[in-house]
Amino acid sequence: MSGLDLGGIPVPVTDGMDVLEPKRALELAVALGLKPDEFDNILAVQGRLPSLTELYIYSLMWSEHCSYKHSKKQLRKFSSSGAKVLQGPGENAGVIGVGDGWAVAFKMESHNHPSAIEPYEGAATGVGGIIRDIFTMGARPIASLDSLRFGSLDKPRQRYLFDGAVAGIGGYGNCLGVPTVGGEVYFEDAYEGNCLINAMAVGLMRESELTRAIGSGPGNLVVLIGSSTGRDGIGGASVLASQEFDEAAENKRPAVQVGDPFEEKLLIEVCLELLKAGRFVALGDLGAAGLTSSASEMASRGGVGIDIDVRKVPQREDAMQAFEIMVSESQERMLAVVTPEDWPAVEETCTRWGVAASRIGTITDTGRFVVRDSSLPPEQQIVADMPAEMLAESAPEYDPESRRPAYLDEAQGFDALAFIEKRERERDNLDYTQDLLTLLGSSNICSRAWIWRQYDHQVQNNTVLLPGADAAVLRIGDTGRGEMSTRGIAISTDCNGRYCYLDPYRGAQLALAEGMRNLACVGAEPVALTDCLNFGNPEKPEVFYTFEQAVSGLADACKHYKIPVISGNVSFYNESFGMAIYPTPTIGIVGVLEDVSVALDAAFKQAGDVIILVGECTDELGGSEYLKTRYDKVAGSPPQLDLDLEAAVQAAVRACVQARLLASAHDLSEGGLAVALAESCIAGSLGASVVLDGEVPPVAALFAESASRILISADPEQVEPILELLLGHQVPYSVIGDVGGSVLAIDTVFEGVQKAAVAVPLNALAAVYHDTLETLVKQ
Amino acid sequence: MAFRFGVVVFPGSNCEQDVQYALSYLGYEARYVWHQERQLHGFDALVLPGGFSYGDYLRCGAVARFSPVMDAVVSFAEAGGPVMGICNGFQILTEAHLLPGALLRNIGLKFLCQPVSLRVEQSVCLWTLPEDAGRVLRIPINHNEGNYICDADTLKALRANKQIVLRYVGDNDNDTGDDSGQLYQAPNGALDNIAGICNAAGNVFGLMPHPERVVDGISGCTDGRALFNSLVRRMVGVS
Repeated sequence: MSGLDLGGIPVPVTDGMDVLEPKRALELAVALGLKPDEFDNILAVQGRLPSLTELYIYSLMWSEHCSYKHSKKQLRKFSSSGAKVLQGPGENAGVIGVGDGWAVAFKMESHNHPSAIEPYEGAATGVGGIIRDIFTMGARPIASLDSLRFGSLDKPRQRYLFDGAVAGIGGYGNCLGVPTVGGEVYFEDAYEGNCLINAMAVGLMRESELTRAIGSGPGNLVVLIGSSTGRDGIGGASVLASQEFDEAAENKRPAVQVGDPFEEKLLIEVCLELLKAGRFVALGDLGAAGLTSSASEMASRGGVGIDIDVRKVPQREDAMQAFEIMVSESQERMLAVVTPEDWPAVEETCTRWGVAASRIGTITDTGRFVVRDSSLPPEQQIVADMPAEMLAESAPEYDPESRRPAYLDEAQGFDALAFIEKRERERDNLDYTQDLLTLLGSSNICSRAWIWRQYDHQVQNNTVLLPGADAAVLRIGDTGRGEMSTRGIAISTDCNGRYCYLDPYRGAQLALAEGMRNLACVGAEPVALTDCLNFGNPEKPEVFYTFEQAVSGLADACKHYKIPVISGNVSFYNESFGMAIYPTPTIGIVGVLEDVSVALDAAFKQAGDVIILVGECTDELGGSEYLKTRYDKVAGSPPQLDLDLEAAVQAAVRACVQARLLASAHDLSEGGLAVALAESCIAGSLGASVVLDGEVPPVAALFAESASRILISADPEQVEPILELLLGHQVPYSVIGDVGGSVLAIDTVFEGVQKAAVAVPLNALAAVYHDTLETLVKQ
Repeated sequence: MAFRFGVVVFPGSNCEQDVQYALSYLGYEARYVWHQERQLHGFDALVLPGGFSYGDYLRCGAVARFSPVMDAVVSFAEAGGPVMGICNGFQILTEAHLLPGALLRNIGLKFLCQPVSLRVEQSVCLWTLPEDAGRVLRIPINHNEGNYICDADTLKALRANKQIVLRYVGDNDNDTGDDSGQLYQAPNGALDNIAGICNAAGNVFGLMPHPERVVDGISGCTDGRALFNSLVRRMVGVS
């Protein structure tokens, strides 16, 4: 065994015996990331010194990644109940009913650390892992979305990470035949040392097909299906996901798994076929901590025991020790509980698809998680014997110290408008047209087509709106069953990390608000949420404060809107060289459309259509893209959020969409009204003439990022009923102009003076918007 | 009796359900044919759908070409049976030498999923109608290896025998170049902008775009119908 580098994990030299000396046990425990008091806890649970295999198993199950030991308490703030919730947190994914007996499973998960080391495989296996979580529930995966964060593309390493991650997501998802329909990406220096890859997957099933990973029936077989087990990904959960990065990060490359999407595609078909035929008592996927977590959680949930012989596990490398087999994170593996009577049918189906299936153990009534190695002499065969429930559910729980970071007061005290106005007085080249072009050509706003062209976003034939729309919209249907409905779902992922950095509580609420607003723009009613909470080291009080605040903000807003959080993931230790990322509580929200044919995109449709801004312009420029892009400043308070106003704006626009009154709807976000107008013009290849007559200075009218605003356009004949609906919902609005021509012209009126603020031909807008990303990647 | 298509499924195919759905939507019968089957009975036409057969870890289609079912597919084709290969199916047909040439990686070395405009050429292909020549169809492509290539003699023969069925054209019109006289170049770099070809007899047809994705109008376009319907109309004179 010596000479093998397991990504910095010291590999003990043993003579085949799975026994540890007390001093060596403690040393190894600490090296594996356990704290001394956690080691004492293990002694108490076991009532003796743990074996080598047991120690590895504890180190993974009690790692931050698997046990949520720093976040559990905070996560209890979320409400996960609701009339449409069929399955809340605690399973592989959450599930909601979406009408007519259809159910949708979804979850978002991070794969940040592996991707920061090996972007292609890190991102690919992130997609693979979350997709397994979905079909484990009995659902056919129907969509995937990816929320990505990198440092500035001016840096070669960031281009490598970005390019590699996009290729990995495409390489895996395209092969599976699961469309990648949406997501978002931001480039900020804060993510330079620690990129974020948050993958969300959505699956569809009939309500009756919902399956859970609950082991039951002593005497039933424990069956491992899929790939063979190797040394790849050993310690992925503890070494990669639960520690900060430093100079040695590159040495952790062996802890990154390698994906095989072809095997996963076969697994999907095999598992769905066998689930449909009722051949599984339980099904779970092997993710972080591999066989260990999958088997122990299955036993713990069912209140049963499990007895596994590691030698029955097909191995792809020689001389693997028991602990290696138990903690390997080799991809594309599933664990099933099967009755002895059903085993022949399971074997037949797996053989037909060319997928390996091995009986590796049995369900017992002892409540013990027993691992044996039948290659050892009889008296040494049991290498681990632990209480399944204690292992899975009794991880330590911490209440970390929390302290408000000093930077917050200074940042929030910054008056963005005053700063900009002062700088404008000093500028002799004030040119909002140029500023708009600069924004459209900035990495955070420019077209994402270069990314989504690399993803198959149409397979399965249910993609209603192409990526680039405010939310992904899918028809509810299954070409495999030949069942198509007229219903649809809409999905959006969102989080402005800069807002969360400047105000974690409000930033998290703004992320939710934007996600919901995106759904409203396509006519969907939000139903439930998944989240992926990306933060730095929770053992640092100032980092933990941001986590606590973001969770509170999100939980409070979710309760206000009665949106349950049905699944999610926490990713801590997103730091490198002691610098934490922006707090990034990414949300993935799913909504329902009763009639999917009402869905519409952001493109202006026809000359002569009337443009209406729903919501109110304020002078909020704190944390804005304009402040960052034009003045290189990240400061100020993010926009205020009035939860009730936000709800009213969404309800009003949703009502208009559902009544088919609109030609387009577009949420206002980064870059404000000017950018939203430009995007609708570019998407529709039509110009617009707009006059902004309001209480705020021109720069705010154009670029402020006040929340709760949606830009809509409509045929003049529809304006009357639209305004009636807006009035009925008591939301502020202004009719600001018309679609037409080949120029975007925006005049501003402030203190009685009308000025031409922006005048730019459509092709100039389109050129910077379309070409930027590819140019930045290829520089 | 309804016209009956066989949809050949390899491990790693991922568009077979969409093809089956599209054919059923158009009123035809469509049954799956598993790659291990050696007999093909009762089919009026075959479709090899898109996907990543055997993971495409080797050259695309290179493994699928040796699948047990392929002998039967070759016999079916040689007997004049209509065979359509979509995307990965096209790649398999070239590997099986039912169609000439090969599909290289896209010129930009990136996977491309996007709608393209295709001009129906005057050809001997059974899957298009003479009166459709010149028509422009909007159908999405979705591939990493769609850059068609063949040697000069083969290209000459393809042109002379009217075996070029579909060509990529510019988005806005039927035009193959821009104002400066620059020739239009397909996004994947395909030789002569070739998107689809057939064999000399016209019954075997391979194309990179996915017509099954634009049949039921979910994305607002139904241009894919023409290709399936044309075959049936020619074969049985209806639809």
